[in-house]
Amino acid sequence: MITQVSDSLYSQLIKTYGENLPSAEPRSLDEIRKQAFERFKRVGFPTVKHEDWKYTNVQPLVNQHYELDVEPSFAAIDLNNAGIPRLDAYRVVLVDGKYHAGLSDDVSDVQGLSIMPIDQAFERLCFAKYFAQFADKTDNPFVALNTAAFTSGLFIEVGKNTQLSKPVHIIHVSAARQPVFNQVRNLYVMSAFAEAEIVESFITDDAAERNLNNLVTEIMVREQAKLQHYYLQTATSQSSYLNHTEIYQEKHSLYNNYNCTFPGPAFVRNNINVRLGDSEVESHLYGITLTAGNQLVDNHTIVDHLKPHCESYEWYKNITQDTSTAVFNGKIFVRTDAQKTNAFQQNNNMLIGEKSAVYTKPQLEIFADDVKCSHGCTIGQFDNDALFYLQARGISEAQARILLVHAFAFDVTSRFANATVREYVEHLVEEGL
Amino acid sequence: MLSIKNLHASVDDKEILKGLNLEVKAGEVHAIMGPNGSGKSTLGNVLAGREAYEVTGGEVLLEGKDLLELSPEDRAREGVFLAFQYPVEIPGVSNINFLKTALNEIRAYKGLPPLEAREFLNRVKEKQKLVEFDAKLANRSLNEGFSGGEKKRNEIFQLAMLEPKLGILDETDSGLDIDALRIVARGVNQLRSQNNAFIVITHYQRLLEYIVPDFVHVLYKGRIVRSGTKELALELEEKGYDWIKDTVDAEGAA
Repeated sequence: MITQVSDSLYSQLIKTYGENLPSAEPRSLDEIRKQAFERFKRVGFPTVKHEDWKYTNVQPLVNQHYELDVEPSFAAIDLNNAGIPRLDAYRVVLVDGKYHAGLSDDVSDVQGLSIMPIDQAFERLCFAKYFAQFADKTDNPFVALNTAAFTSGLFIEVGKNTQLSKPVHIIHVSAARQPVFNQVRNLYVMSAFAEAEIVESFITDDAAERNLNNLVTEIMVREQAKLQHYYLQTATSQSSYLNHTEIYQEKHSLYNNYNCTFPGPAFVRNNINVRLGDSEVESHLYGITLTAGNQLVDNHTIVDHLKPHCESYEWYKNITQDTSTAVFNGKIFVRTDAQKTNAFQQNNNMLIGEKSAVYTKPQLEIFADDVKCSHGCTIGQFDNDALFYLQARGISEAQARILLVHAFAFDVTSRFANATVREYVEHLVEEGL
Repeated sequence: MLSIKNLHASVDDKEILKGLNLEVKAGEVHAIMGPNGSGKSTLGNVLAGREAYEVTGGEVLLEGKDLLELSPEDRAREGVFLAFQYPVEIPGVSNINFLKTALNEIRAYKGLPPLEAREFLNRVKEKQKLVEFDAKLANRSLNEGFSGGEKKRNEIFQLAMLEPKLGILDETDSGLDIDALRIVARGVNQLRSQNNAFIVITHYQRLLEYIVPDFVHVLYKGRIVRSGTKELALELEEKGYDWIKDTVDAEGAA
């Protein structure tokens, strides 16, 4: 059923890609793209009638005109807004999804680390093995669209037994001087016993026109591998994001995601799905969302316990200012096989803006009978008694607010494995108030 | 030091203070007593600048400066310290970090540089000892999970750290057992000097056995209706607040 025949991006996409999907060697990709496009064509863009998109209306975004497959202008990209003070990292810069060699560090000397534009990885064995194997199993139409028509993105492989001494810092810059719809596809493979940190910053170039970014990242964490993964969303109001991340974990692996969104981007929808595919797997999902203005930030997560003896731990905190909206939807599945699961989920919200809103929905679906699961959710306002108490000791109102928001965020920020990133995030919280 | 003239204040449009006058000089300790609902805590909160309390008339000068014009933080920086009747628990804010922030903001207001880390820690140690405040508590989150007595002792510890000109103790004795009361009082007595002053708000005479006031005032229906020396407190203890109520109401009727 086509739900939105009339919307402009939809018809534009059908017109552009209907008979003419991006194609390259190996041809095996062609069939995957074709099927994905059929899936997208069938369902179209979601409306608020879809439960998963109830509070997050993409219609105004997709009812605008964008240019597709724009050649990026690499002129004068300013990366200052993505700088993390004192972070020593391998830098990778993507401008509207396209790899920028000039601004990226050359990592060809780094043992066991491969970083390249995704279209150069098509021939790789592990690309064929993992590409579109995970994200495309979900019913997110934006994933299908991305699979069908992405033209850029990043491939990272951390080799067997490789422990990276420095984090990889990926900077996503939206920079096009005309309205664009970017489709970015990433695949990260953590080989057995590999350990790495990936920090992703999202920024908007000062001269950029409005842009809608549809990103899909698939992450494979193989046996005994460990990945610390940070999202630092600091773009401006010109930018909107649909960001789908699908993680599959093998035995004894660890995946930690730290998902931080700050005032700026008009619209952010994150889907973060973790599949705990074997026993003895550990996953942590942390989130800090500080919103302002008329922003909408929606975090949808799925933690999917497929096998026994796994542990997951999720803690999201939202702080909403002005007329902004935050959405949290956290779903935990504990499948029949997943005995002895230990799953924890917590979502706390602080509404600072009198006209701000929070929609939160914790969900547990348990099919096993010997498990330990808990979830909790709170919604509160700024504590004026605490504010006065701090002021009565000589602390300015602005500083007192910062202290109280830090205190609120502390349960999450204290879990950051990387102290430099943590400091940076605390600084962004201060700036965002 | 502090001069309050004809102070009127209301909460939710209900007038609580109805023309209060009080003069406090440096080096003095004034006790404010009175029955429940007489306006004792309102006085403390009005002086500290709590928003819900609206001043509808009169003036308050601290060393000649109009206190009512100032924000709560500027009052604190000018030297007003309210020891809260119900100190707030703030999880996630460490006691020490909070004190360092407060102390340095007060210093910045006075044009002084921030305290060196070592200097600050020495001061913490010294004052902890003075008020017998457990070092373990100092490193915890602000008042989180503290007992009633520990919270009150933390108030006095903060007072010792910030060295205000005017300390207002709002029913600091409530909820304290006799040992805690003695420790709190000893702390206050050691902090008394010729350069500062205290207003001790209390319902009972008990605290005044330990913190001996220079003057005792009785607050009733939003006004100070009797003033005297510490003997007045004893008389009150003996005759009860009904004695004050009856005589004052009779005067009013006449």
